[in-house]
Formats: sequence, structure tokens, C-alpha cells
Amino acid sequence: MNTTIMLFLLQDGITNGAIYALLGLALVLVFAVTRVILIPQGEFVTFGALSYAMLATGQVPGTARLAVAMGVVAFGLDLYAARRSLRFKLVVRSVLLNIVLPVAILALTYALAGPKTPIAINIALSLLIVAAIGLFLYRIAFQPLAHTSVLVLLIASVGCHLALQGLGLVFFGAEGLRGPALSNAAFTVGPLRFTGQSIAVYGLTIAFIIALWLFFGFTLMGKALRATAVNRLGARLVGIRTTLSGQIAFLLASVIGAISGILIVPITTLYYDTGFLIGLKGFIAAIIGGLVSYPLTAVAALVVGSVEAFSSFYASNFKEVIVFTLILPVLVLRSLAAPAVEEEKD
Amino acid sequence: MTQRLPLIIFAIVMAVIPFIPGIPPFWIVLLDNIGLAALVAMGLVLLTGVGGLTSFGQAAFCGFGAYTTAVLTTAYGVSPWLTLPLSLLVSGIAAVLLGIVTVRLSGHYLPLGTIAWGIGLFYLFSKLEFLGRNDGISGIPPLSIGGFRMLDPGTIYFAIWFAVLISALLTMNLLDSRTGRAIRALRRGHIAGEAFGVQTPRAKLLVFIYAAVLAGLSGWLYAHFQRAANPTPFGAQAGIEYLFIAVVGGAGYVWGAVLGAGIVVILKEILQSYLPYIFGGQSQLETIVFGILLVVLLQLAPTGVWPWLMSRLPFKPARKIPDTSLELPARVRAPSTPSVLLHIDKARKQFGGVIAVNDVSFDVGAREIVALIGPNGAGKSTTFNLITGVLTSTGGAISVLGTKVDNAPPQEVVKLGVSRTFQHVKLVPDMTVLENVAIGAHLRGHAGAISSMFRLDRSDEARLLAEAARQIERVGLGDQIDQLAGSLSLGQQRIVEIARALCVDPLLLLLDEPAAGLRHMEKQRLAALLRQLRDGGMSVLLVEHDMGFVMDLADRIVVLDFGTKIAEGTPADIKTNPDVIKAYLGATT
Repeated sequence: MNTTIMLFLLQDGITNGAIYALLGLALVLVFAVTRVILIPQGEFVTFGALSYAMLATGQVPGTARLAVAMGVVAFGLDLYAARRSLRFKLVVRSVLLNIVLPVAILALTYALAGPKTPIAINIALSLLIVAAIGLFLYRIAFQPLAHTSVLVLLIASVGCHLALQGLGLVFFGAEGLRGPALSNAAFTVGPLRFTGQSIAVYGLTIAFIIALWLFFGFTLMGKALRATAVNRLGARLVGIRTTLSGQIAFLLASVIGAISGILIVPITTLYYDTGFLIGLKGFIAAIIGGLVSYPLTAVAALVVGSVEAFSSFYASNFKEVIVFTLILPVLVLRSLAAPAVEEEKD
Repeated sequence: MTQRLPLIIFAIVMAVIPFIPGIPPFWIVLLDNIGLAALVAMGLVLLTGVGGLTSFGQAAFCGFGAYTTAVLTTAYGVSPWLTLPLSLLVSGIAAVLLGIVTVRLSGHYLPLGTIAWGIGLFYLFSKLEFLGRNDGISGIPPLSIGGFRMLDPGTIYFAIWFAVLISALLTMNLLDSRTGRAIRALRRGHIAGEAFGVQTPRAKLLVFIYAAVLAGLSGWLYAHFQRAANPTPFGAQAGIEYLFIAVVGGAGYVWGAVLGAGIVVILKEILQSYLPYIFGGQSQLETIVFGILLVVLLQLAPTGVWPWLMSRLPFKPARKIPDTSLELPARVRAPSTPSVLLHIDKARKQFGGVIAVNDVSFDVGAREIVALIGPNGAGKSTTFNLITGVLTSTGGAISVLGTKVDNAPPQEVVKLGVSRTFQHVKLVPDMTVLENVAIGAHLRGHAGAISSMFRLDRSDEARLLAEAARQIERVGLGDQIDQLAGSLSLGQQRIVEIARALCVDPLLLLLDEPAAGLRHMEKQRLAALLRQLRDGGMSVLLVEHDMGFVMDLADRIVVLDFGTKIAEGTPADIKTNPDVIKAYLGATT
């Protein structure tokens, strides 16, 4: 084995692993706060990436209209939920959040979209669109189910994945897209060439890990989010707005997903259904981290990325098989160490 | 026979359908697909709805069944009928391997693991040379009986629906049995079942294998129906769809699987033919509708369509009354009862820095009612959990009839004749009182899963139910025997737990707050029952907060405070003990 090849593979693995780490972090975040195992995380990735790629060609992506449609549904649900005590302030807030916000984003997108729009504005627009979708997804699909078991939430999560992936096909077509790189800077260290893109990947991943760690460990809001996860009723009794916690978690997750997508779409071509596989690899990392530990998830993601890189070199046909089989030894270990906890379900 | 009547009618209807003149052949194809999906969903009903284990990976097991027969029939010319057992075996073995890894894991790890292996196996199917990679295997021979070859959808229809009906029958038989009750108790957590000898991991593995074998059967039929196998129908998408079917139909009901399969397959067909007109010529649009429907359904009708339909029926299915004249053999008891039944010597339990039980020692003698009292958090329930093996002790020794039990699993402790009730009632709310109580007699029956499926367990089963009915009568709940346990008041549920514990035929009964939630008269009846049990030779150890009840009933009282034994004696001694008064009422200078 050639050292240069090994270094290349390792570099490739770490770049991919960093993306998986970002997604893994988002998954841990959402699970920790809402107990939702966020299968549609992959769709946030594709929506972010492909919206960005479409904006780069000067087109308005269908996701912007989806955000408006979801906002309208969310508004309807808000009204229905509050039908017995319909207060003016409440309606205004709901209109602002669910109607005005997505319509504003859509209008902004139409106003700014064009072949000469700067990259930074395209990125900002894609993030806004996906963030709105994430927010409304929680309101529509998960908030009414917030009291149910992890399994029901998981099945709902799979339903959301199906719907969003199908919509992805409608918006972006079956053809893959690629987006422009964030920066064309590059430098070489020995045999390795580092692009601005890969540096951005590393930098953002590390920044998110530190930020999440600080947020959950040291801020009141972070602690409130964790409290919601442990016991919703208890959290409500001490004055934490549990729906707000869920919204924040989904907002963060969708933004992280969209950022990951924007980071990789210049490196590889993404299709409407690529996100699912990428998201699942983040899952493998998250599962290795036990769905609780951020640092462990990040390390596991790097391992997943490296295994993927090496197996695509040595056994490219079985790359996916090998990556997804990684989960089995992990589950064996967890199963051997599994504490006998009593679970009261439904 | 009346219980079989709906099944027979259904079988006749299904048998007649292909002979209806003018029925479009396409409908028969749809019905074939419904049958194939129903088989997989039936496995999921048992796994998810009944057992509480979720799998998104059932399609992969179909793949095992389909590819096994595809390879063997095309490459080696084996007869399809010979590959049937092999297909089922391969799916089953795959389930054992994956199941051993995952069923011990709680909650969400299993579904996540199933998604991962569902995708992994899909890629494996599509990359392996001998499985034909992405193109799959074609030219699979049709099923044939003698010279009759099942070439078209109209003939294999009979094979498919025969398989569905037989599987439904076997599944319902299995659920209505000793093993079935153990499976149905899985969803509510493992502690209650294990306290009566249910080997929870084994029961979980059993349903997992069962579901996989049904999926394998569906795969085998599919391969001979399509006469080809390729990876697409065995991917993650299909796995998700099967779970969708089970949820739509009603994940807890065998017929829900058939109904759900019907709804989803027909809906999919309609969506596939009409959606392109609305959205233009895109494919896969039905997944959007499916996804949205799944979420809406979970929000509006999480139990599915079948129970909703059943609740609309004008008549209720009659339940059979157990024949209480049948006897179960009683526990073999030592000819002379030893004076000490339960001996606890310096039992200790630490949770991190907290000492919940601090070197507690006491005995329970034969024919004795001992009460364990103390303020909240004194370590009473923890002591119970140490005795019954739910918790492992940090130190000390516990023995029953001279046999050391410390850290034996609950299933072993109950074999020694120690049975218990729980402070927080652990019944299965959607099972009847009779079925719940019969779980207590789990170790006194012997019928396994296979004999239950083929109804060879009936004499064993009748004796178990008779015993359960007798114990229910004994605790005075005879009128509620057919009610769902969840519909009883909390006090009555506690009494059901006592009946369940009595089904063990115990030497020592551990009761955790049995009188909580009972009215005065009910408490007196309970006290009378416990005295009667003692006079019959049983010993009782109970935790209780109702002092009047305890002082009246107990022969001896042990008092715990902050995990330490502070007093032991007759009720009269305890009433005047200054330490006890201090523990309950605070310091009195």
C-alpha cells in the first residue's frame, strides 16, 4: 500500500466524515430534545444543496414555494389548536411566523435570484428556505405527536422522509445537480492538496461541535432543551415552553443539514434521493455515539467517513454494504453492555 | 367452531372471487399483490403491534426468501417445493443472526438497525455476482402441482391466498396461547413477564424469527409469481411500505394486516394511475401522498382501521369460559415445612453514592405474614427487587428455603416459589383479566410456540386457564374475568396482580402495597384472603402504608428507614417503639 494513496483516502474520509459528523450532531440534537429520530435529516441536506445549486443557475427552487405551503398548513393547525381561545395576539403571531415569514422568503428569493447573484446571498437564501421548512415540519408533523412513544415518532419521521423525498423529485428532477464552490483557494501540503472547500468543511464542523457543547452545557436555553427531552411534563411545570424547544431543535437541525448540503454539493453531484443515504451515515455515527454524546458522534463520523473512503478504494462495489454493516458490531457491543432498564411504553 | 366462522366465510369468498364471470384479470393481479404484502405485514403485526419491536427491514427478509429459491431453482434445478423450506430456513437464520444482535436492545435501536441492514442487504443483493447484481435472476420456474403449472396470476392466486389464510390461522393460534400471552406482554416492558418466568429475550427473538419467516414465505411466493427476482422490491422503500401497511390496517391485529395490505396496494395503484395527470409525468409521486398519509394517520387514528371497523360491529365475539374442573399439578413441597422460608442476611444495594438498602437482615418463616413498613424512600420496594432478582445486590446474601438466590435472574427466583405484585401495576391493559392472570401460570405450562400454532396445546392451555379462573374467583373478581385489565379500577388491578401471583402456586407471596386504592370493605376482604392463604400454608411478605391494615394483619413487622432496619417485632411492639415513632413523626425531643 502506497502512503500517498493512504493519505489521499484518509483526507477524503475525513472530509466526508466531517459532513457525517455535522449530520450526526444534528440527529443527536433533535433526538435529545424531541425524541424524534430525524430520518428526514437527509432531505434537509438535499433541499439545502439543490436549492443552492438551482439558485446558482438563477432559478427559483420549488422549496421556497413548499415553505409557503407548509406555512399555510401550520397556520391552519395553529388556528385549529387554539379554536377555543382565539386571541388576537396569538393569531397575529401565528400569521407572522407561518404566513408572513415564508412569503417574505419567497418574495426575497424571486427578487434576488438571478444568474449573477453572489454566492453568499444564494447560501443565505437556501438556508432561510430550509430553516423555514424545518420549523414547519416540526409544527405540522411532530408537535401533535409530541406526547407519543419514540416508535410512533420514528414511523412519522419515516413518513416525512417519504413525502419530502418525493417532493424533492418534483422540485429538482431526477437529474443530479452540482453547485459552485465556496472558494477556489487551494494550497498543498506534501502530496495533499487542500481546497478552500474542505477547509470550510473542517472549520464549520469543529465550530458546530464547540457551539453545541457550549449551548447545551452552559446556557439556560440549552439546559431547558435537555430538560424537555427527559420529561416533557416536568419541563412544562417549571415553565419551559416545550413546543419552543422542539422548534428550536428542528430549526438547528435543518440549518445544519442545509449547510452540510451546501458544503458537499460543489464536491459531488447530489440527486434528490442522495440525502437519505448521507443522512443514514450520519445516523450510524449518531448510533455509535449512543444518540447522546456529541464528541463520540463526531469521532464515530470520522471513522465512518474513513471506512467509506477505504472501502470505496478496495471494494468499491461493496462500499455501502460495508458502511452499513459497521452498525452491527456497534449494536453487538451496545447489546452486551445494555443496562436492564424498564421501559413503560404507550 | 363459531370463532372460526368468519375465517371460513372469508376463505370461501376468496376462493370464489376468481370464478366470478367477467372479473378483470388485473384485479386478480392486485389481489395477488395484496396477499403477498399481507403476509409480510402479518409478521409485522406480531413483531410491532403485539411485541412492540419495530422493523423497517422486513423487505430484506423477503429478499432472502426470493433469492434462495431463485438461485436454487435456476442454477441447480431444484424443485420449487423443495426450496420452500429452504427459503423459510434462510430467512429464519438471517433473522436469528440479526435478532441476536438487536433484540436485546431497547426501543429505537432496533428500528434504526433494521433501516441500516435493510439498505446494506439491498446493496448486497444488487452487487453479488451469483444473485445477478442489479438485473437479478430471471427464468424462475413456476409452481406446479402434478401437471398443473401456476403460470398466470389467476392460478398462483390460490397458492398465495392459501398461504395468507394458513398464516393468519397459525398466527391467531399462536397469539391465543401460553407463548402468545408472553409475546403480548412484551410491549409493556419486561419486568412483569420475567417475574413469572418469561424469557423475554427469547420471546422477542421468537417473534422476530416468525416475522422474518413470514416475509421469507412472501418472498418465495413473489419469486414464483413474477418468475424473476431483482433487488428493487427488497429495498428500504419496500421495508417502509410494509410497516405502513401494518400501521394503516391496525398494527395490533392479524386481520389488520390483510385489510391494510388491501387499502395500501389499491391506493398505490390508484395514485400511480392518476397522480401523473395532476402533476405531470413524474414517477414515484405516490410516495409523497403515502408519506403525508402516514403522518396524518398517526395523528388521527394511531391504532389503524381494523379496530375502528370492529368497534362498529353490532355483535361482540363471545369468549369461552374456562372449565375450572381441570387441575394443574401443584408444586412439590417438602414433606416437613422448614421454619425459615426466606432468609435475608445483610442485603445491601447502592446506587452510586446512595445506599438504598443498608445491610438489612430479616427472615420470613413458614405460615407467617410479615409486613415491611417505613416512610417513603426507606428501601422497601428495593428490598423486594433484590429478593426477586430484578436488581442485583451490592452485598449480602438472600436465600429461599436454604437455596441462595442472590443475583439469580427473576425467572429463576419465581421457580423457587416466590411470586410478587408490583407497586406500580404492571398488567397488560389490552388483555383480559383472565389472560393477564394466566401469565402467572406461565411456568406451569409447557406448550411451545409450534405446538400452539397447530393447536396441540389445548389440554395444557385449558388447565392453565382453569387455574387462572380459579385464582380470579378466589380473589373475588369472578365477574370481571372477561373485562380488559385496563378498564378496571386501580384497586381492582392490584387484586388482579395478586391473582396472577397466586397462579405461580407460591410458597412466599410478596405484595407491594396491595391495599393502596382499595375501599374499606375491599381491604377487609383482602385481609381475610391473606389470612386464609397463610392458614393454607403460604407465607406473605407485604409492603403497606395503611397502618391499620398492617397492624391488624401482620404477625411480625420489619421497619426500614433510610435503607436501614430500625425495628422488628410484633405489631404491639412496633406501635410503642420510640425509634419507629421518631421515623414516622419526627423527633419528639
